[in-house]
Amino acid sequence: MTSILIFEQLLNGIQFGTMLFLMSAGLTLIFGVMGLINLAHGSFYMIGAFSAALIASLTGSFWLALLASLSGAAIAGVLVEIIIIRRLYRRDHLDQVLATFALILLLSEGVRWCFGAFPLYLDIPKNLNGTFPILDDIIYSKYRLFIIFMGLLIAAGLYILISKTRLGVRIRAGQNDRQMISALGIDISKLYTIVFALGASLAGLAGAMIGAIQSVEVGMGEPILILAFVVIVIGGIGSIKGALIGSILVGVTDTIGRVFLPELLKIFMEPASATSVGSSIGSMLIYILMALILIIKPSGLFGKT
Amino acid sequence: MKKFTTTLAALMILGSSSSFGDGHKVKVGMITTLSGGGSGLGIDVRDGFMLAIKGNKNISVITKDDQRKPDIAVQLADKMIQSDKVDVLTGIIWSNLAMAVVPATVNQGKFYLSPNAGPSKLAGKGCHKNYFNVAWQNDNLHEAAGGYANSAGFKNSFILAPNYPAGKDALTGYKRYFKGSLAGEIYTKLGQKDYAAEIAQIRASGADSVFFFLPGGMGIGFMKQFSQSGIKLPVVGPAFSFDQGILKAVGDAALGVKNTSQWSKDIDNNANKKFVKDFQSEYGRLPSLYASQGYDTGKLLISAMSKAKVKDKDKFRDALRKADFSSTRGKFSFDKNHHPIQDIYVREVIKEGKILTNKIVSVGLKDHSNAYVSECKM
Repeated sequence: MTSILIFEQLLNGIQFGTMLFLMSAGLTLIFGVMGLINLAHGSFYMIGAFSAALIASLTGSFWLALLASLSGAAIAGVLVEIIIIRRLYRRDHLDQVLATFALILLLSEGVRWCFGAFPLYLDIPKNLNGTFPILDDIIYSKYRLFIIFMGLLIAAGLYILISKTRLGVRIRAGQNDRQMISALGIDISKLYTIVFALGASLAGLAGAMIGAIQSVEVGMGEPILILAFVVIVIGGIGSIKGALIGSILVGVTDTIGRVFLPELLKIFMEPASATSVGSSIGSMLIYILMALILIIKPSGLFGKT
Repeated sequence: MKKFTTTLAALMILGSSSSFGDGHKVKVGMITTLSGGGSGLGIDVRDGFMLAIKGNKNISVITKDDQRKPDIAVQLADKMIQSDKVDVLTGIIWSNLAMAVVPATVNQGKFYLSPNAGPSKLAGKGCHKNYFNVAWQNDNLHEAAGGYANSAGFKNSFILAPNYPAGKDALTGYKRYFKGSLAGEIYTKLGQKDYAAEIAQIRASGADSVFFFLPGGMGIGFMKQFSQSGIKLPVVGPAFSFDQGILKAVGDAALGVKNTSQWSKDIDNNANKKFVKDFQSEYGRLPSLYASQGYDTGKLLISAMSKAKVKDKDKFRDALRKADFSSTRGKFSFDKNHHPIQDIYVREVIKEGKILTNKIVSVGLKDHSNAYVSECKM
């Protein structure tokens, strides 16, 4: 257990966290502004990855593929919002959960119908392949550094959007008092469509970036959706800052826990059972973290009380 | 009197042969994974099976999707047995689903032919006379990987698998044959896609080789990330992460990797050549090992039907046990616990034109059976 390994794992945790942030930022915005629980958010992650894989196989360009993931997921988001989601705002959360769960099934089978059941190919660009020496002994994957960079860039972009622009003012106003903002003459349904599309496109971008190092397949969005929900519960529902801090916290805890817990247990257990028990507890760790935070702050780190 | 009995016997034979057409019909219930993640495997098994029985008017098949959920598989099996009155069940891909369905099915006097899942419990203490596995016992391919690691001169392996029963079977199988030491042993979360943390551990462990069992999408992620990490260690694994269905998604990262399989597209026998050719012209893609397993299951069923009626359970069982069909794998027979005795090959991922596929480099284990035969009281 060297300091180099610890540092590398820390970077892995941060990289995982920034990806989670892209997912949870959209989720928390949509919940905060519209009061909608969107279980189908993971489907936009999948749609983004499939759009990217399609464009990459047609053009061979990763950068065009990233653009395609943003626009593909945004278009899907607009369509879904106008056709289905719009009807759900006034309903209670159970109806929303049922309807968006049905959307998961529809979108998954739709994508399978178009692309088939076999995973698609999407690879990272040549110039991001390989590793980058951060310090003498510490080398780290260039692509993962790129993911961290993109995540931070988008966090900064969202910060400027929310706090410095007119659209941001409206979004914040929508979060605070929906009726008042529509009474002031703002086209609330257009605002909702924009926010929903923004959330979907961020999820789509995350899907494409992660799809390139993992796999592009039907149902890829659901596991990460669960983690995104954990993040927004920890961070406080509706808070972008909470989503960012929650993401990094979850990412680092998950990575560090699953690596070092088995090692820790080996001190007083035999190795075989230490690995098995350690990895089991490791996968529970983020939920334990969530429970602890909710005991101390029931509405999350940055949630409104 | 003697004359009378012979006439009666002759009449009885005549009587039975007049109902020949009816008695030789077999109704098959196929429960497999056709939607969601992992559906590629079920689709391949189904397509292989349907190809094998194509044109056979005596077999009717009901196919249903289990969605990779044990409870749904159990419901489907109940319905097929109770109301559809099937004679034979087949199709299940995943070991946890097989454990939920198979024992009840065979105890109700139905035959179950497994085209994929081979959990150790059903090979050992839980074996049953009506249960036949046409694919392999779960440990088999991993054992061959361990054997290959010895012959390749690996001394210090880093091994990893998902934290669930088949993952534990896998590492047990590898360790059963591998003679070297272990640089590390990790159980990952089932369904995990990101292996940055594990790869960092591999880099720090000083291993000389890596063995992994990560079926489906998990393996795609691992191989891509491993090749990007710049670690130049040799990798070995079972065929599940290198089958035809997912090689395309792994891409060039898989090139040159050794993997173990009971089947390969280039096994040199007529049955296999015909299978590969027919499969390609029927479905427009290369078959995977899952497709070959489905195909062999269909051929086994046909061979038993030509020898006995399915209603005559004892004779039909004997006919199945003989495995008198030409397998795509060449030599094939059943051991006492109704699991295959077969050669397991070491394959290498190569590029044919633009398509990634596998080529046999050697025979890993010859006439290989499984470790659980002695536990099976049958």
